[in-house]
Amino acid sequence: MRVLHSRSRSARVRGGRSWRQAGVLIAALLACGRALAAQTAQTEFVPASQVPVETLPAAPLVFVAYAFVWVALVAYVFALWRKLGRVEREMRQVSDRLESRRRS
Amino acid sequence: MNALVSVLLGIAAVMFAGAPFLIDAAPQESTMGLVQKIFYFHVPAAMVTFAGAFVCGVASAVFLWRRRVTADHVALAGAELAVLFGAIVLVTGPLWARKAWGVWWQWDARLTITLVMWMVFVAYLILRRFGGPGSEVLAAAVGVFGMVLVPFVYLSVELWRTVHPTTNVIRSLPPEMAWPFRWCVIAFVVLFGALLLARTRLESLRAALDRAYLAEED
Repeated sequence: MRVLHSRSRSARVRGGRSWRQAGVLIAALLACGRALAAQTAQTEFVPASQVPVETLPAAPLVFVAYAFVWVALVAYVFALWRKLGRVEREMRQVSDRLESRRRS
Repeated sequence: MNALVSVLLGIAAVMFAGAPFLIDAAPQESTMGLVQKIFYFHVPAAMVTFAGAFVCGVASAVFLWRRRVTADHVALAGAELAVLFGAIVLVTGPLWARKAWGVWWQWDARLTITLVMWMVFVAYLILRRFGGPGSEVLAAAVGVFGMVLVPFVYLSVELWRTVHPTTNVIRSLPPEMAWPFRWCVIAFVVLFGALLLARTRLESLRAALDRAYLAEED
């Protein structure tokens, strides 16, 4: 009975929270509507006297391309070198153990 | 072999260090401007991607035919390098396309087949990593399939209507653009050779280590 009571209480709390959230959402939508209504609508299209130049700067693209190449290659070489070093070290240890076992 | 790898890596490092100066000195292309300079790393990376795919495919075929373990190690190294340099191609290409075409990506024949080929080699590596014992045979078949895609990627700009520049642009390069390009191609090829040797050696050492562990257990 106590469990049922606590469950219905938590459901009431959840319900109240969702009503609050819905209220906030409606208020936000109303505020957006008012803001949109405040904007003046375009009433005519005026031809441009000259074609506007829309240029995307190339330098950042070139920089990112070369940076990516350098980072990818250096990271790969570094990772490969580390793996090689680790395997060579492990190989030496196992070989030493096998050699000492053979001697004994 | 370690000494040879070190020498090749040293040469590649010097060439890569010099490359930006040569690329900077090269004239800008008339229609694309500065963004065309991505080409000096993009195309050599594509060339060594093809080389990696060929190495993987041929070595996989040898492995399927003769079951030589060394061929399997070479195939794995080739696939990994095809994925590495392929990733460079697939990143630098869209950076160029954003300026040249106004979009990052186009589902045109060259780009799509290149992406498919790259994904085949990614699948090869996933198969090798998570496939378990015996997966090397299936992976070898995937490697051969990946190699078969290389001519399609290369010829796609000639066979189908695409927005990607054709292979003619390389032959038509003026000397002041051709020299930096050749320099970059040599740098990428030398680096590819060094990495292929080092990666094959790593795989051979891993196999030897497994054998040594088994000998230790016996």
